[in-house]
Amino acid sequence: MYKILKRRALNDAVILIEVDAPHIAKKARAGQFIIFRVDAFGERVPLTIADSDISRGSITLIFQIVGNSTRLLSQIPEGGFIQDVVGPLGVPTETEGAARVCIVGGGVGCAIAYPQAKSLHNAGIPADVIAGFRSKDIVILEEEMSKISRNLYITTDDGSYGEKGFVTNKLKSLLDGGAGYDLVIAIGPVIMMKMISELTREYNVKTVVSLNPIMIDGTGMCGCCRVSVGGVTKFACVDGPDFDAHQVDFDELNKRNQTYRSLEPHICRITGEVRNA
Amino acid sequence: MPNPNYNNDLQKSPMPAQAPEIRNKNFEEVALGYDAETAVKEANRCLNCKNAPCVSGCPVNVKIPQFIDALANGEFLRSYEIIKSTNALPAVCGRVCPQENQCEGLCVRGKKGESVAIGRLERFAADYANEQDASPVTNDIEQKDIKVAVIGSGPSGLTCAGDLAKLGYKVTVFEAFHTAGGVLQYGIPQFRLPKEIVSKEIESLRALGVTIQLNMVIGKVFTVDELFEDGYKAVFIGTGAGLPAFMNIEGESLRGVYSANEFLTRVNLMKAYDDKFDTPVKKSQRVAVVGGGNVAMDSARCAKRLGAEVYIIYRRGEAEMPARAEEVHHAKEEGIIFRNLTNPTKILGTDEVTGIECVEMTLGDPDASGRRRPVEKEGSNFVIDVDCVIMAIGTTPNPLIKSTATGVTFNKRGCIIADENAKTTADGIYAGGDAVSGAATVINAMGAGKIAANSIHEYLQNM
Repeated sequence: MYKILKRRALNDAVILIEVDAPHIAKKARAGQFIIFRVDAFGERVPLTIADSDISRGSITLIFQIVGNSTRLLSQIPEGGFIQDVVGPLGVPTETEGAARVCIVGGGVGCAIAYPQAKSLHNAGIPADVIAGFRSKDIVILEEEMSKISRNLYITTDDGSYGEKGFVTNKLKSLLDGGAGYDLVIAIGPVIMMKMISELTREYNVKTVVSLNPIMIDGTGMCGCCRVSVGGVTKFACVDGPDFDAHQVDFDELNKRNQTYRSLEPHICRITGEVRNA
Repeated sequence: MPNPNYNNDLQKSPMPAQAPEIRNKNFEEVALGYDAETAVKEANRCLNCKNAPCVSGCPVNVKIPQFIDALANGEFLRSYEIIKSTNALPAVCGRVCPQENQCEGLCVRGKKGESVAIGRLERFAADYANEQDASPVTNDIEQKDIKVAVIGSGPSGLTCAGDLAKLGYKVTVFEAFHTAGGVLQYGIPQFRLPKEIVSKEIESLRALGVTIQLNMVIGKVFTVDELFEDGYKAVFIGTGAGLPAFMNIEGESLRGVYSANEFLTRVNLMKAYDDKFDTPVKKSQRVAVVGGGNVAMDSARCAKRLGAEVYIIYRRGEAEMPARAEEVHHAKEEGIIFRNLTNPTKILGTDEVTGIECVEMTLGDPDASGRRRPVEKEGSNFVIDVDCVIMAIGTTPNPLIKSTATGVTFNKRGCIIADENAKTTADGIYAGGDAVSGAATVINAMGAGKIAANSIHEYLQNM
């Protein structure tokens, strides 16, 4: 059992929790993830590690309530316990050799963009961060990201905060303005990562995306998280989750991610409960 | 003195089982086990041969004539103790060992008629002891203050851990999953090996003093080198062969295509068949399982129980099938449709699977495996309409451990190189089971775990 030391809602649908997991905290690096199982009946679900604190022996997870398991996770109070947390899994993000980096986060993807930016900041090469949201009310991590980024650009689809438009518009204007990036890291919805990838391909800028396929074990055993990268089947859990964006088959990933959409259990609109405990 | 109760029946006492048409709709155990009377009767078929050829066929050297003799005398708990003295997992082995190729294959009674039902008797003794809640004797072990790490809690790891604990070592088993047991949990289905039995066997290891740490992916949370820094004096790697193979044909990334590992893990470990659990698995009407091994049979029989019409697609003939004859027989009884001498060429569909295109095969000359090589019959392509495909064409060792154990070397197939004493090329690191042999059987992995435990004991004594 893994204790939730701290819990904070970042917006209506995005929750931050700090989890007691000293072994994981000690090893976690930017880009890596954990798999949690909310209780003895739960699914195994991957979440990227947003932060880790060796002295507190804790890791921070930021997740959006999108389905059954994340809803149940969101319902555990501070001081409560998660049944299982395993990690750190996956290969840490490789940024070596990069001098001018732009990190693009979309929505809750900023929870993953943040540790990347922080790790570059700590390495003495602060990155530009473009953080995109649908509207002002769901902006997360602004203060945290502004502290560790070279420049933070916030965009909203509806223009209610920051610059109006998509992250791709902002990245394009920065590239056109001669930002001279040698690496773009994009994390967010599959469609956003695909659009960023198509843009940077034109500019010939190396681009890395952090993929979010369905997983079970996270150790290369089930093959559920397979993605096509440059025409070769890769397992996101052990070969990734980071891949060369220009090689990834995003359409296939998007399709595979819909596999169990229709099997999501009914969520009670009155009580918010997914199942009877 | 000749046994006055000697039973000269040429056939094994039949194993009671759920009727095929009933069991193919539930996940309860298929074979129901002998009752005491049948067990004694069957035990009396044993000739109690002096040279005991059966024992030489057992990778963990169970004292077969002795445990059967105890059964024949009605001393069921003593019989269990005899088995348990060399076999850490009797209730498991009694169910899933391919006895026909091992102990029973060498039984003298089998020369004329059927062999003694050694596996069924082993199962009876283990189940009897479990029902009596007979915990193994543990108080006479002299404890040593030496730590040994075992990576992986599958059959080889559990056996190695159990044997080392019996020698007094402080053993910690590291398991990546949230439940211990490895393939016994995620792979072999409930109806063939109830998980309650696996849990009981693991509890008895805990009673021996073995510590099991779940959710620990060695190679990620600790490296093997760090285990030594942490005071472990020897390490056993039993990480299995978990990396699933795909055919690399068109359509394998469609929704509804599973590796057998994924499908079985969802169904067995994550209990997708039980509504209480959140685990989703596709509700399929027609399922094609590709492969002819035990894993293919397990996948097919699970899919059948989830309500589908199920095809086994296998590129060779039934005689070449690597699955146990008993499993093939059970699958047929349950209504699985066998399409042998058939090989998939592509999986059809746009988003979801809608069919599988296959080609007919014939058998040519024997290949490296000694089995006749399947050859495509040109132009014989045809389509089977299915909405789910499960690839059960084999697995290779998990690559995660590779990067973490300094000095351990691997062969071309990714298997750890270990000698006949389970010693790897690195000092203090031993390995066994599928991680060394490639995909094989539970009992062979257990045999390797046993050998490794002996080698580790020897190594630590000479340190």
